[in-house]
Amino acid sequence: MGKFSNEELLNKLNAEFPEQLTVVGEPFGLLTLETGKDNIIAILSYLKNDAALQFIYLTDITAIHYPEQEKQIGVIYHLHSLVNNVRIRLKVFMTDGDVHMPTATELWNGANWMERETYDFFGVIFDGHPDLRRILNVDDMTAFPMRKEFPLEDPNRVDKKDYFFGR
Amino acid sequence: MQNHPVYTDNDPQNELSTLNLGPTHPATHGVFQNVLQLDGERIVSGVSTIGYIHRAFEKIAEHRPFYQITPLTDRLNYCSSPINNMGWHMTVEKLLGIEMPKRVDYLRVIVMELARISDHIVCNGVLGVDTGAFTGFLYMMEHREAIYEIYEEVCGSRLTTNIGRIGGFERNFNTIAFDKLRKFLKTFPKTLKEFESLFNRNRIFVDRTRDVAAVTAEEALSYSWSGPILRATGVDYDVRAMNPYSSYEDFEFEVPVGTNGDVYNRFLVRNEEMWQSLRIIEQALAKLEKEPTDIFHADVPDFYLPPKEEVYNNMEALIYHFKIVMGEVPTPTTEVYHSVEGANGELGFYLVNDGGRSPYRLHFRRPSFINYQMYAPMSRGMLLSDAIINMSSLNVIAGELDA
Repeated sequence: MGKFSNEELLNKLNAEFPEQLTVVGEPFGLLTLETGKDNIIAILSYLKNDAALQFIYLTDITAIHYPEQEKQIGVIYHLHSLVNNVRIRLKVFMTDGDVHMPTATELWNGANWMERETYDFFGVIFDGHPDLRRILNVDDMTAFPMRKEFPLEDPNRVDKKDYFFGR
Repeated sequence: MQNHPVYTDNDPQNELSTLNLGPTHPATHGVFQNVLQLDGERIVSGVSTIGYIHRAFEKIAEHRPFYQITPLTDRLNYCSSPINNMGWHMTVEKLLGIEMPKRVDYLRVIVMELARISDHIVCNGVLGVDTGAFTGFLYMMEHREAIYEIYEEVCGSRLTTNIGRIGGFERNFNTIAFDKLRKFLKTFPKTLKEFESLFNRNRIFVDRTRDVAAVTAEEALSYSWSGPILRATGVDYDVRAMNPYSSYEDFEFEVPVGTNGDVYNRFLVRNEEMWQSLRIIEQALAKLEKEPTDIFHADVPDFYLPPKEEVYNNMEALIYHFKIVMGEVPTPTTEVYHSVEGANGELGFYLVNDGGRSPYRLHFRRPSFINYQMYAPMSRGMLLSDAIINMSSLNVIAGELDA
């Protein structure tokens, strides 16, 4: 365990950002918080720059899709305080009609490709990103393939039709 | 990063040339494309294009039961597949709350450290090849072969190993595996020593690599670097030491760090890590002496597939087999992030589970993907030949980069 507990971390965040954070849980000791897109950059910046917390290491940015929820798309940040060896997970959920997020590239250069990957697979548009293009898929793809409605296999492919196999 | 004068005015004498480095260039060791603007031999700017071997592993994983995802992880960093396999197994075990017996942990540590050595053998050997020294590579390759033979004894395959199962190993290590391991421990240090004496103070090699692509710790952290290349900049972040998994806390080892993060430092860090891995393996072998020799998996019949002869002859085993294969064992609805120290950085698994037989969402935090994004910005002002050895020393594996 690090130099501060999850409880102290949460108290500190709540004092700095009153009523802007919701606790999702603490699965396997990793404090998980939810917040709105308006505050996320301020919170990330506070976590990174606070002299005691020092969450200087951006482990990962990714997203998740819950089609049955009103706020379908969630962007998930994993941060790591290397000095204190504490991790934190932050989530921001948004509706499908308004998939805009502020970019974290001003805080970490490494956020660049992580956000491009998130855009590529989930269609989250990171406002202010210097170069928001697809990264792993082809440029002229129109769908966002990690969303749940996107089928695993192309439904139009014909090479797996039963009549090819005498069925 | 180095600052060299760059001529960009409209004088036709100073016209820039465009070079497509890759996607299938023999010097890039994988499918990497970089469109470079060159001023003579100096790189003015570059754009990386990735995704040539993207295979949608995260999407496929959402449609597969947990134990069928292991072969997907094989194909991430295929130079050290066992680390990926076991990272995935440990993620699922963490999700399910399975406690592993110490012997399994130690066996895993042995296999993972062998994988780290084999990965570093390839990386440092190829770095030698790219600077014009083929000999060291050939000396070391013999021992990668020895490591692959050990994998063969343990799991039957060599490159994409699919080694172990959720809950342990699919079979016990046989005596041949231990014999080969002991032989490897006896012969490899000699070769590694030889390899180091070929390179470490070699004037040509040092001139080619020292101060090339030097990166400060701040830059490296800002780009979320991890693994040997981060440690070469002087940051002692190693997941094995910081968040020990698989009983790494029982072992004594050092985390080597470099000073200025150049190619030479990365080379030295990797060499030293191989010595530390050997140290860990020897400790693990000593610890295994005190453990019962017949334990190779945890007692979790709900998740560990029973042996086939049991399934065919024993009702209980058949029931468990059926339940596992049909996915009728409930799993906790929660999320878990687990990371292991892969051969080239922090390999993380972010698993969101909805209680079903396959993940609701699985995200791989792939060190190659995150480490590689600095490549084009850091190449600016570099000589083309330096950019080539820089890529070798980053140890970016195409399979992991594109997932």
